[in-house]
Amino acid sequence: MKTILEVNSVSKKYSLSGINPAYQTLSGSMTNFFRGGKSNEREFWALKDVSFEVKEGDTLGIIGRNGAGKTTLLKIISRITSPTSGRITGRGKVTSLLEVGTGFHLELTGRENIYMNGSILGLKKKEIDAKLEEIVEFSGVGEFIDNPLKFYSSGMQLRLAFSIGAHLEPEILAIDEVLAVGDSLFQQKCIEKMTSIVKSGRTILFVSHNMQALKSICNKAIVLDTGKKIFEGTAEAAVDYYNTEHRLQGQTINLLDLPRGKYAGELIFRELKFATPTFQYGEDISFSVLLKTINPSARKDNVIFGANVIDRFGNNIYHISNILTNQPFIHGSDSDEYQFSIKSNLRPGQYRLTLCLTVNDVVQDFFTELIDFIIEEGNPYGFSKTGFIQGMVFTGFEIWKK
Amino acid sequence: MNSKDHTFVIDANSRKPLNLKEIWEFRELLYFFAWRDIKVKYKQTFLGVTWAFIQPFLMMLVLNIFFGQMLHFPSETLPYSVFAFTGLIIWNIFSSGTINSSNSMLTNAVIIKKNYFPRIILPLAAVIVSLFDFLVSFILFGGLLIWFRVLPDVLRFIAFFPFAVLIALITTVGTGVIIGAMSIRFRDFRIVMPFLIQLLLFITPVIYPISAISNKTLYHVLALNPMAGAISLARAALTHNPVDWIIIGISSGMAVFIFILGMLIFKKNETLISDLA
Repeated sequence: MKTILEVNSVSKKYSLSGINPAYQTLSGSMTNFFRGGKSNEREFWALKDVSFEVKEGDTLGIIGRNGAGKTTLLKIISRITSPTSGRITGRGKVTSLLEVGTGFHLELTGRENIYMNGSILGLKKKEIDAKLEEIVEFSGVGEFIDNPLKFYSSGMQLRLAFSIGAHLEPEILAIDEVLAVGDSLFQQKCIEKMTSIVKSGRTILFVSHNMQALKSICNKAIVLDTGKKIFEGTAEAAVDYYNTEHRLQGQTINLLDLPRGKYAGELIFRELKFATPTFQYGEDISFSVLLKTINPSARKDNVIFGANVIDRFGNNIYHISNILTNQPFIHGSDSDEYQFSIKSNLRPGQYRLTLCLTVNDVVQDFFTELIDFIIEEGNPYGFSKTGFIQGMVFTGFEIWKK
Repeated sequence: MNSKDHTFVIDANSRKPLNLKEIWEFRELLYFFAWRDIKVKYKQTFLGVTWAFIQPFLMMLVLNIFFGQMLHFPSETLPYSVFAFTGLIIWNIFSSGTINSSNSMLTNAVIIKKNYFPRIILPLAAVIVSLFDFLVSFILFGGLLIWFRVLPDVLRFIAFFPFAVLIALITTVGTGVIIGAMSIRFRDFRIVMPFLIQLLLFITPVIYPISAISNKTLYHVLALNPMAGAISLARAALTHNPVDWIIIGISSGMAVFIFILGMLIFKKNETLISDLA
């Protein structure tokens, strides 16, 4: 088997501005200039020294928590962003499907959007001409194809978007978490289509949180954690490794050095402590957070926390906040600890926690789906096979014969 | 050619020059971006493409009433309406082209972040949209020439007018890619551009002829603005007046300079674009 893609100690550094947003303003860089070029930039390595090889016809799964560097890796391989150091050699055309339907315009018809999006994904007009019927057929939008996209339901838009993606046939196809969306029947159809692409000898790089899909599509996989490759092997082994060995960073999570979005950042999350390493079924999800003051002169009254519990399919299950109960906090010193406790009837499995901090209605810090926790096997009914029970939550019930 | 034979290398330390071959490979995408913007721009409006006529036409009417009829601006042997309209349609290539390209990076930020293509395609497509508007208003321009019985020498017209448009285009692409690249780093450009363009309008001979400047030094300094040469030449295409080739030379030289500078600045910032967009 010939090597089709060789990734050689690739690293990617992002500069994060502490208080300023990631983009610059003229006044910002002028002030920096007059201060002698000292900016308050912080560095963050999205990828650190990652190497691997992909052989022709291989399908490589890339596993890791959000923020582990999966998308950055795909972006570098498909040349969307350039590596800070390292080298990649490959053979053939690379197409990345990081999102479906990019470039879709609501005023254009379905047909016009197929051309637009297909072209952005690197298809030639001739190739789109040849595949057009098949794409329309696959999407099932039927006669709507010549109506403007704005008259489509969101489901139809998504199906059309995905159909274009499913008909790409480059030598190397890099797919990011795109299966997370869409109805499950259509998802299944897409997975089948992708499996048939693999069988035709294409090479696929596949990022997903859907471990079942990953195992059925990929033969090999790597696991990334905070930008480093920590496991490489068969897809089965990698999923097992990720699920058992590496599912959590531990009971106490240092939030200070995690990647952040463009928020005010005057008061930020410092640390999160779960009450127990994993939770039992039915147990309250308890954790506490500590904050860090970045700008001491900023106001610290009217502190509002928001937290969401999200399942691995992205469903937002619980939303809690002290604004809902009208109890804003005043942040005294950084030793203040805020305790959270969520009543839970979630089914066993892996969940993600979203944390948001606002002061006086200004978002200061926000973590989305970066923090994972586990609810251990178990159910309230004393039933032996938890996996047999359906539903996102286990509720109390009674069934009797009158 | 089987693309499997094609080997690619991504190296953090390599510095590539502007890849013309790659831009050529992506020419269809360039076409689709321009096509989409033109289509979307006119699809929803009640008057559609007619807008491309109406804007310069109304502008010309107002200018004609104030500067032509009331203030008797000189107009180089042309009827003032024709004089002003010629200036306006050439100027509009530049003004709308530059504003469109400075916006192109931010309005397409989502696409930039998720897909690879030579980024320069976006400002180029924006300039093509302006060129399309120009071609539409050119039809009206023809009507105007017939109406005022301005009958240019055909050979002279064919030699001068496209050259004038070319100077305008080269300048527009140059400034467009500079502003496009800079607007990614400094969002200020987005706010400041419409204002700057308005200022520039006054130091460009759009409503007055460059020959009206009597100070010789100032006259040549004004030609450093490539649009001054482009507009003068476009007007000269309609008349039998002698052409001041020094002015055209200075302007063409500046246009090429801005173009090359634009390419260099864009190339230097290209890798930053997807990280900052």
